Amino acid sequence: MKSVITRDLVKVYKVSARSKDKKSASKEVRALDGLSLDVEEGTVLSVLGPNGAGKTTLVRVLTTLLRPDSGEATVAGVDVIKHPDDVRKLIGLSGQYAAVDETLTGWDNLVMFARLNRMSSATSHARANELLEQFSLGDAAKRPIKTYSGGMRRRLDLAASLIVKPKVLFLDEPTTGLDPRGRQEMWGVINSLVDSGVTLLLTTQYLEEADQLADEIAVVDHGKVIARGTSDQLKREVGGERLEIVVEQQHIPAVREIVSKISPNVIIDEDLRRISAPVATGTKALMEAVKALDDAGIHPLDLGLKRPSLDDVFLSLTGHVAESEEK
Amino acid sequence: MNAVNDSIVIMKRQLLQLIRIPEVLIFSTIQPVMFVLLFRYVFGGSISTGIPGVDYVQLLMPGIFVQTVAFTLAGTAVGLAQDMERGLIDRFRSMPISRSAVVVGRALGDGALNVVVLLVMGLAGFVVGWRPSASILSIIGGFAFLLLFGFAMSWIGVLIGLSVRDARVANSAVFLAVFPLTFLSNAFAPTTGMPKALQYFAEWNPVSTMVAACRELFGLTNIFGVTANSLPAEQPILMSFLYMIALMVIFIPLSVRKYKNSTSR
Repeated sequence: MKSVITRDLVKVYKVSARSKDKKSASKEVRALDGLSLDVEEGTVLSVLGPNGAGKTTLVRVLTTLLRPDSGEATVAGVDVIKHPDDVRKLIGLSGQYAAVDETLTGWDNLVMFARLNRMSSATSHARANELLEQFSLGDAAKRPIKTYSGGMRRRLDLAASLIVKPKVLFLDEPTTGLDPRGRQEMWGVINSLVDSGVTLLLTTQYLEEADQLADEIAVVDHGKVIARGTSDQLKREVGGERLEIVVEQQHIPAVREIVSKISPNVIIDEDLRRISAPVATGTKALMEAVKALDDAGIHPLDLGLKRPSLDDVFLSLTGHVAESEEK
Repeated sequence: MNAVNDSIVIMKRQLLQLIRIPEVLIFSTIQPVMFVLLFRYVFGGSISTGIPGVDYVQLLMPGIFVQTVAFTLAGTAVGLAQDMERGLIDRFRSMPISRSAVVVGRALGDGALNVVVLLVMGLAGFVVGWRPSASILSIIGGFAFLLLFGFAMSWIGVLIGLSVRDARVANSAVFLAVFPLTFLSNAFAPTTGMPKALQYFAEWNPVSTMVAACRELFGLTNIFGVTANSLPAEQPILMSFLYMIALMVIFIPLSVRKYKNSTSR
């Protein structure tokens, strides 16, 4: 059974550079541009894409916070647009920011959310304690959120979305802004949730995160799903091994010429001064490249064969590197 | 009765905030008390009450009560704008809770804060010589009226807070709106000393009718200028009541609608 289904979702924002200035022409941004996907019950789908790809808009539509301009969406079999109140009973949402009351303690927050879920006072207290233990926040229970680290805030935020076990859990960039340790901790927490069988839709701009956590990955760019599959399938789509050469800026055109004789699909990352191409012949291709480079008198800074990573998948699908829009 | 339960939970959250950060309560009472001292001792000596046998402090206290209660809508606006910024409103909106609870609870919570603030100010007034001459029942009625006014006004704050989405902007927007209302009124000086044109505005100003209503309830007579024989002067309590109803009729539906459609980004 599908827990989440979207069909042709469209959401257009009108953005004007300066809203007060009437002369500035308002620009349309198609945050969702006919986005369709589904999530099988009990599985984890990672929606992977750079900033501005429409990930957050998608989550906001599915969690009833935003009405799409057109298209259909159901969550746990309930129509999101027609019956938002029913959907809210079935979902949990944890966003990019810790959406809790900073001045209150962790315990206060969880009790408040439990009470808002119509639990009795006693049940609320018990549930708050239980969740604080589960997310290793027991020691910080009576401290205001203000004093929490980034990772602790995220865990508390996640706990707040699990007061009543949701049918579908939405995590919008759960580790954005966390340090590596916080990210590791968060992954641990999410993995244990996944083990408990919750259906999870997770957005991320980190390929590694999608690789780690998701059963399936939907790559999103400019409001559309541009590829879909398991991480292995996606990697296979890009092809086998890749030849990668890093050189000084001035040698890029020459090296491009050399590599294109070995494999026609050359990709150049100007920032990293990296020339890469899929190769079918493995070390033979590498030797060829070495020889040609040597003949041309070019000494590469780095040179090798690489198994494809999700970064490569992303690059070959979108034609630009992930996170590039952030710069 | 879910809406009631939810509103109470949200209101409790705000009262809990006051316990967790007592500074908020301390500072929201210190400022009005400073105003009491400032007007009582610095300006008070030079302002004539126009009523023989009544000292300035008797007129001043109802004015300061109304001003203080009116300004609590700043807290409402800033608090909601912060909740918007931090995504808390999104979380509430994604939960199966009553659509009006978050804003009703907020307005009620700020109303409850006013109870404490008015109590402290009443005591401060008493210390500097405020002695209301009305019956105890009428005085209690005056304070109840003030609380209702605070509740009605806080709905303006709800709408501002949900609209501007930025706590600092919310604060300045409220200040711009409320500051002229409280000073272009009879709260600190009789309107009879103002230019004629200004008297019309000042005497129809809801802040003035509230101040006049409170003065009446605390046992004073009011002096009006140009509008002496019209509704605000004759029936300040009725007039204030009408203003409050109008505020609530306009701002409660607007605020609830704004909440339903609000998005933080």
